[in-house]
Amino acid sequence: MLISGPALMLGDDVSTDIIYPGRYLTIADRAEQAMHALEGMGPDWPALLRAYPVLAAGWNLGCGSSREQAATALIGAGVKLVIARSFSRLFLRNCINNGLPVIECPAIVDRLATGTAIAADIGGGAATIGADTIRFAPLPASLLAIIAQGGLLAQLRAGGRP
Amino acid sequence: MSAQTMAEKILSRAAGHPVTAGEFIEVRPDRCFTVDDTIGLIMKYHAEAGIDRLTHPERLGIFCDHYAPADSREHASDHSAGRAYARLHGLKDFFEVGTGISHQICIDRGLARPGELMFNSDSHTTTIGAVGCFGTGLGAAETAYVWATGRIWLKTPPTIRIELTGALRPGVDAKDACLALLRDHGARLATYRAVEFHGPAVPHLDLASRMTLCNMGVELGAKAAMFPVDQITIAHFAQLGINIDLESGRPDRDAAYERCVTLDLSGLRPLAARPHTVDNIAAVDTILGIRIDQAFLGSCTNGRIEDFRAAAAILAGRRVAEGVRMIVTPASALVLEQAMAEGLIQTMTRAGCIITTPGCGACAGLHLGVLGDGEVCISSSSRNFQGRMGNPTASIYLAAPATVAASAVAGYIIDPSDLR
Repeated sequence: MLISGPALMLGDDVSTDIIYPGRYLTIADRAEQAMHALEGMGPDWPALLRAYPVLAAGWNLGCGSSREQAATALIGAGVKLVIARSFSRLFLRNCINNGLPVIECPAIVDRLATGTAIAADIGGGAATIGADTIRFAPLPASLLAIIAQGGLLAQLRAGGRP
Repeated sequence: MSAQTMAEKILSRAAGHPVTAGEFIEVRPDRCFTVDDTIGLIMKYHAEAGIDRLTHPERLGIFCDHYAPADSREHASDHSAGRAYARLHGLKDFFEVGTGISHQICIDRGLARPGELMFNSDSHTTTIGAVGCFGTGLGAAETAYVWATGRIWLKTPPTIRIELTGALRPGVDAKDACLALLRDHGARLATYRAVEFHGPAVPHLDLASRMTLCNMGVELGAKAAMFPVDQITIAHFAQLGINIDLESGRPDRDAAYERCVTLDLSGLRPLAARPHTVDNIAAVDTILGIRIDQAFLGSCTNGRIEDFRAAAAILAGRRVAEGVRMIVTPASALVLEQAMAEGLIQTMTRAGCIITTPGCGACAGLHLGVLGDGEVCISSSSRNFQGRMGNPTASIYLAAPATVAASAVAGYIIDPSDLR
């Protein structure tokens, strides 16, 4: 799966309270959730995010609450790939299990700033920034399959089995 | 088979074959719960995927705790839809508004047991590791998937061994020990890891202290945080009349740990986490004098009877400072009843505290104590992220119950031992 586009850069320890404030938890529609994606960063961020198909961050992205809307609001906003130095466990699972590709690789994040164009092959474990190719450890095939099908529930809908 | 950590042992049982750290496996949990803030999504996902039958309704349950009683028609409708779903599918457990926080109920009523694997759509599910149970949070799609199929993928985590030595001095709490771990190692110590607590201090830590330490394990990044079964665990289940398998909730003697860290409890003083991260730690006496608008006693971290006793001891014969509100939310109805029986509720209301329905209360930032613009709160809960208590312009300090109560009396942050 090849994904490319400009990145929007966040810092370290960005919590799910920042990615998706708790007061919007009753919103089930992902397009509507997207209107609040990254709202904890400031009121302009949900609109800003629309221009960036790649979200990048430092260490411990998505720490805190298990709220899945932090992942699904990003999907609703058109995010195709999330890259971080490291992920908090629940946020990582929520991305994968809802079909949002993730890459955990400090060496890639070192090279990114807001606006940097990146192309990544998440199954092949290679990312291209400018003229350089950076290798990373891809997810296991079973998890790549969940992502490829659009998440756990999509897999169930399709009658698949992990 | 090589010697196993608690995580390896419990997940081997749940997978049906021996597993070792690092392995991706499929597990069948003993129980899988949801809290009210996720039930709506679970039902939506089931409807979209055409799921009309749940695989093991006897393993499932719903807790109304995050906004109970409901503060809006949307939240009230989550509760009523959840009630109907529980009836439709014959779910084993439905815990009503006012019963309390899921993790507290799981311990109070013996739902969490040693050697078992339990999921709940709440990140603080690590709390139930206090009784040797592997408890961990899931997201909504994952929970919906487990409810439909009875299984899900997991990565077997490596384990960090935390050795606790020494004894807490009077006036110092297990919460201060959690904050000390965050001070010493940061919020990423245990990302993707399981944590086991060991050491000579453990036999002296009561169940409530263990729950607080396991609860804040998730703030260290842990997937699960556990105390091995010992005399305190055995006494807890004996009181409930529940037979447990002792060895299933203990690691093998030669289990391999990824890392070992030590914390000497005897050297600890009251600590606080400053805004807006859980590992931004300071000794309380170095931030003395920061004015507060709200003090919150409650949550799955520190809403237990032991916490109420610690706070009431400070509040007895004193008054909450003018201009400060102190909100008290019992972790469960059992805690509320016990606190009434001991006269703690009267002590707190006489001091000017506001007592609310048992549940998550102000911690989740949804009701019962949302903060105003620019306000400062000192809280016994476990998260001080920006916006956590419902307002991104507010500031949250995390501290032990005694520190919260003392600060409410002073009107500013203060070490309880400095309170006149």
